[in-house]
Amino acid sequence: MWRNPLSRSATAPPGGEHLARHNPPPLGEVARRAGGGARKAKKRPSKLQDNLIYAAVWLACFAPLVWLAWRVFSDDLGANPIEALIRQIGVWGLRLLLVGLAITPAARILNKPRLLRFRRTVGLFAFSYICLHLLTYIGVDLFFDWRQLVKDILKRPFITLGMLGFTLLVPLAVTSTNGMVRRLGRATWQRLHWLVYLIVPLGVAHYYLLVKADHRPPLVYAAIVAVLMGWRVWDAWGRAKSKA
Amino acid sequence: MLIRRAPDLTDNDVTDPGLYLRRREFIGAAAGLGLLAAAGTASARGLTYGPGFSTTEKPTPRKDITGYNNFYEFGVNKEDPAENAGSLKTRPWTVRVDGACEKPATFAIDDLIKGNKLEERIYRMRCVEGWSMVIPWVGFPLKDLIAAVRPTSKAKFVAFETLMRPSEMPGQRWDVLQWPYREGLRIDEATHPLAILAVGLYGDVLPNQNGAPLRLVVPWKYGFKGIKSIVRISLVETMPATAWNLSAPREYGFYSNVNPAVDHPRWSQATERRIGEFRRRETLPFNGYGQYVADLYRGMDLRANF
Repeated sequence: MWRNPLSRSATAPPGGEHLARHNPPPLGEVARRAGGGARKAKKRPSKLQDNLIYAAVWLACFAPLVWLAWRVFSDDLGANPIEALIRQIGVWGLRLLLVGLAITPAARILNKPRLLRFRRTVGLFAFSYICLHLLTYIGVDLFFDWRQLVKDILKRPFITLGMLGFTLLVPLAVTSTNGMVRRLGRATWQRLHWLVYLIVPLGVAHYYLLVKADHRPPLVYAAIVAVLMGWRVWDAWGRAKSKA
Repeated sequence: MLIRRAPDLTDNDVTDPGLYLRRREFIGAAAGLGLLAAAGTASARGLTYGPGFSTTEKPTPRKDITGYNNFYEFGVNKEDPAENAGSLKTRPWTVRVDGACEKPATFAIDDLIKGNKLEERIYRMRCVEGWSMVIPWVGFPLKDLIAAVRPTSKAKFVAFETLMRPSEMPGQRWDVLQWPYREGLRIDEATHPLAILAVGLYGDVLPNQNGAPLRLVVPWKYGFKGIKSIVRISLVETMPATAWNLSAPREYGFYSNVNPAVDHPRWSQATERRIGEFRRRETLPFNGYGQYVADLYRGMDLRANF
């Protein structure tokens, strides 16, 4: 029943071969259903248009980092710039994870299946921000004090959860290439990547436990995650019902 | 540990704390330091004060002391107090001192400022969040105010209360903490010569975001014990409730002495980042004031009484 993810699929309309490199595996039934209507209704964007959209997504993902770098160099991060920088990079990592989770519902609701090809881009950017977040904490805040790092992981619950989330994210980043999808097989790959439904809540919990008293910001993220996960449950339930 | 000691902690021969606390006056007089002599007479910027017990460490820049604050009455972010505290009217202002004492009284803030001998006290300030500053306060010993109302033998603790005025303190419009902010000290802590009520900073009148017009400074405890914009001080018989302890009792104890050996679930208390420095530095027990205050806690288990 599964298609070869590298063959032309619902996410890559006929003639879209130039996009194959960025084309993530299809979402199976979800994408096919969304794509069914779209293919007839929508005109395919030109190659130029497509590359422009792709460039815009890249730039949007890069923008927070450029902005933060600018704030570091213009001394705009307040009296405690190291803490502010680590926090900001982490928050952007979490935001990109949420954007990644939002792509599938958005593609379905807006009837734009080709959005799905950005899941990998956004996901890898989220991973990059989170790596940088961790590196800044270890390299700048702790100044490579490994003993302290071990203590932090064991004794500070928010760091324990954060490290767990990061560790689980690594295999997803490693298996993000088309080659890895092929090697693992589509079903195994898909099951592995369901880990993201554990990782994102871990990221939110990491943020929640870090906050001293005003829990509103992490709760906003928790609410968004709840909606994005809730949509999936609702959607799966609907499809199960329509099959029966 | 020895090499981490601050310069002001090397002189440990003096046994009488009263004498010790005035050492800089003697040194100043002996060395004929014009700087101290000038400070001893007057300040050009509003407050008249003399030199007092101080660290020789370099004070944190004023813009950081006045721009990076935890003062939840004006918002939960560090920049919020500087932005929002301008709305607070600090005149007229009175401080009610009552409870277990013979002469309870209400003091006008200007009478407190004029009626007490103000000193500059340059203290380290260690925040529970793992950062620290060196702050040149101007103030007077809390013990002087307590003595003025003649505490009775029932005065075992001192309870402090911040102003409750949501119209000028926008942070009080929702219950991120139980307002008004409350703090407390044991009577022997409150009458220790190092505990002061501050009315100034860097020689100027205290900026609103730093707790104007009157705040507590207890340098061997975490910064949140330094209650700001005080309107009431009560001498009481039982341990009073404190704001952060009410909010998270397992995280913030009544004593909250700076203690690198007691972990906090969120921040490492073993080290701290001095604002303006790149590398973390080791946190000292009692914030480096152990030789003056450790005796207050003799025989107490400071891990249980955190």
